[in-house]
Amino acid sequence: MDPILEIKNLCIDFQTNRGIIRACDDVSVNFNRGDIIGIIGESGSGKTTLASGILKTIRAPGRIARGEILYHTQKGEIIDLLKLSEHEYAKHRWTNITTVFQAAQNVLNPTLKVKDHFIETAMAHDTDKKLTKKKILEKAAMLLSQVRLEERILNSYPHQLSGGMKQRTIIALSLLLEPDIIILDEPTTALDVITQWYIIDILRKIHEETGITMIFMTHDVSIIGSVVDRIGVMYCGQLVEYGKVEDVFSKPSHSYTFGLMNAVPSLKDDITKRKAITGYPPNLLELPKGCRFGPRCFLSNDGVCKSEEINITDMIDVGNEQLTLCPHWKKVKEQCH
Amino acid sequence: MPSLEEGERAMSLIELNNVDISFASKGKKKGSVNALVGMNLTIDEGEIIAVVGESGCGKTTLGKVIADIYRPTKGEVLFHGKDIHKLSKKEYQEYRLGVQMVHQDSYAALNPNKTIAQSLILPLLRHKLAKNNEEALDILFEYFNEVGLNPPELFLEKYPHQLSGGQRQRILLARALSVRPKLIVADEPVSMVDVSLRISLLNLMAKMNQKYKISFIYITHDLGTARYIAAHGKIMVMYLGRMIESNKIQEAIKNPMHPYFQALVAAVPEADSRRSEFAKELPLRSLDMPDLLNLPEGCKFHPRCPYYKDICMQEEPKLRKLNGGIVACHRAEECMKKTETEE
Repeated sequence: MDPILEIKNLCIDFQTNRGIIRACDDVSVNFNRGDIIGIIGESGSGKTTLASGILKTIRAPGRIARGEILYHTQKGEIIDLLKLSEHEYAKHRWTNITTVFQAAQNVLNPTLKVKDHFIETAMAHDTDKKLTKKKILEKAAMLLSQVRLEERILNSYPHQLSGGMKQRTIIALSLLLEPDIIILDEPTTALDVITQWYIIDILRKIHEETGITMIFMTHDVSIIGSVVDRIGVMYCGQLVEYGKVEDVFSKPSHSYTFGLMNAVPSLKDDITKRKAITGYPPNLLELPKGCRFGPRCFLSNDGVCKSEEINITDMIDVGNEQLTLCPHWKKVKEQCH
Repeated sequence: MPSLEEGERAMSLIELNNVDISFASKGKKKGSVNALVGMNLTIDEGEIIAVVGESGCGKTTLGKVIADIYRPTKGEVLFHGKDIHKLSKKEYQEYRLGVQMVHQDSYAALNPNKTIAQSLILPLLRHKLAKNNEEALDILFEYFNEVGLNPPELFLEKYPHQLSGGQRQRILLARALSVRPKLIVADEPVSMVDVSLRISLLNLMAKMNQKYKISFIYITHDLGTARYIAAHGKIMVMYLGRMIESNKIQEAIKNPMHPYFQALVAAVPEADSRRSEFAKELPLRSLDMPDLLNLPEGCKFHPRCPYYKDICMQEEPKLRKLNGGIVACHRAEECMKKTETEE
């Protein structure tokens, strides 16, 4: 157990005209160094908010209400990222913690060539002013080959590249400063299956070579299911389950996890077993009392559990490092497999 | 035209005969992009056909040709055996009502300034399916119940932005159903809907198919959902504007014939790692599509195909019968054998 990020009671609020939305509600989780972690959840479940929280890029009307994010550096120091000033955090952002966003197409500056993106990024973080352009471009070419792009891309403008090539360019750019953690927010959504496979394959190989910690945020469990070590499930701003991917798949301890796994059509299984989760996700301004998944949960619909009366506290350890938010996890495990 | 042939043709609902569509490219590189090339397709009553392929392969163009949004550059589209551009006004209206589209982006498909009721009553009055507002509302109530929007009055008075993506997509489906169509062209209808709700929408379409015998063209790049909705239907695989394979869907996914479709099937990730491992390698030589303005000679897939031979570079393969379906590949038999032995 070698943690790299310890998130403790993280709450992120957004002020709206009709009240405060807590988009990330009391999330506590430890990410281990060198793991590939997947966070799944539907739109509005708080995945991106959590990512922005870790990167400290929450902007008004959002704010971090409380919580700690402890980052263990390679040298063994422990830093609370949320206590850092904007200037101090800038030393870590992109040097140690980087990100690849969903709409990669829009991240690159259309008026700059690809090589200028690399030079600009390296120079901006080069506090000792030791780097030369030649050195940076050598490194850039090496990284581009790692994401299986040719060196000539360096002289292209973003509009000359396809969506998949841009996404790969950004992955290379995010690795430029040799970070510890890379957060990938929907890295393959809006890409074709073949391009999607390619990007995941590249990321897998990079992880094998560098041992970098990767955190995937996605709504589509099938993309990451076979790649990640640990998986977290978010619903309505809460982390409802977290554990080793095999355990979460074979023995889910939250009925939302089970429902989600069962709702994804695949190529191999028996299609008659696929079932949608009933109902719709609630409005974050009018959350149901007690358990937020209650109105859609089969345990509650069967009368096993009175979801309004549940007092959700911390996550419960169900063994083998699997955590759940559901107090009736034993019944979930009995019925879902 | 001989009457017998006429009678035979009337069997299928929609038929595409050798349809070509090309778009002129006005950029620096002059030329034309052929979005559809020699497309032949028949859609029977009550049939579900899933159309799959990468982005840019012409799936959406095909859908729009069927709905007469694009006019073919060459070839004809037949509705009950008659060319849609030679129909009388009354017949054309029947065709227009008979073929409805459901779009990917449900937010863009609804007028943001109108309530759902205002948007949905209009077509019913316009096509005289209802005499007045009350009658139209009665019809809408019926279909809203059908698509699972209960109680209907709660949704009818809302504006599009007040509804979730899944609810809006149901409204689009109700809108399409309300004019009693024969065919619904659904262009990526669930790709913007949350995963937990996708299945319920797919089920809904399957139910409509069975209950009203409505045919569906389901356009998608997601093989998983295609297999789900068209469980007893056909699949059609497109590559660069051409149909390259078509078969019954279960058989097609079990035994893909065209090397491109084999790669597509191999690339689909499986959520549960107990069901299948992450594919170590894809059977492709190159992952990038060729330049649309400068397509390769011969088989359009050969620069990416791992099984190509000289013939593939010279001659474009025609569709031929194989394994109960059709495929356009010179070496489909060898490809199928190879994948079997590898497994």
